[in-house]
Amino acid sequence: MRVRIPILKLNDCLLVSIQWELDDQTALQFQEDLLHKIHETSANGVVIDLTSIDFIDSFIAKVLGDVINMSKLMGAKVVITGIQPAVAITLIELGIGLDDVLTALDLEKGLEKLQQELGE
Amino acid sequence: MENQSCVKIINEWDIVAARQLGRNVAKELGFGTVDQARITTAISELARNIYLYAGQGQICIEKIYDGGKAGLRIVAADSGPGINDLRQVMEDGYSTSGGLGAGLPGVKRLMDEFLIDSNPGTGTDIKATKWLR
Repeated sequence: MRVRIPILKLNDCLLVSIQWELDDQTALQFQEDLLHKIHETSANGVVIDLTSIDFIDSFIAKVLGDVINMSKLMGAKVVITGIQPAVAITLIELGIGLDDVLTALDLEKGLEKLQQELGE
Repeated sequence: MENQSCVKIINEWDIVAARQLGRNVAKELGFGTVDQARITTAISELARNIYLYAGQGQICIEKIYDGGKAGLRIVAADSGPGINDLRQVMEDGYSTSGGLGAGLPGVKRLMDEFLIDSNPGTGTDIKATKWLR
């Protein structure tokens, strides 16, 4: 019954679009799946698009922050895209800045940013 | 009571159910998307606290009316171990579970009113209210 978040490969990058409300297990499963996929494909960049996500609580924020750091350890840079105004407001009010995380307005700008970061 | 709906928090899926209930009630009352996100996030934090620290409890969502004002109240109740030091749990970054420690102080900032009543051994009751502007 549990659905996994699809992770797509595009050249040397991975693309993830989170399309539905995350429950705790799906979020943790995604963390593991993404790291395996980075390992499998030797990807050096990841874009995670959150356009469809309408709230992020401290648990999901922690899982996201952790997976970004874990990816970094493996040599892959992560850009988060599509954070909605309501999500940005509630995250800051919660006290979560996601400092040092690369972000972009949308998927297109996220891919551009990733290319810049990777120096291509 | 028609103005109150409750979800029992026993497992992780109930956290999802509680925030969906809250979001629906917030929409019904006419809250905008930002307040809907605030309310959903607050419920998620409170429901997860129940699941993590008390094992089980209940989240109730109430529509409240005061004079000309309408609002939504989240009532989170459990009979868990309670909180020893209320001041400490309201500090940003304090966590006993490896979390971000953003939960309770975050909920207080997201909502308009926040009341917490907790005694070691008897459990915790939290009431958090958002008024419709």
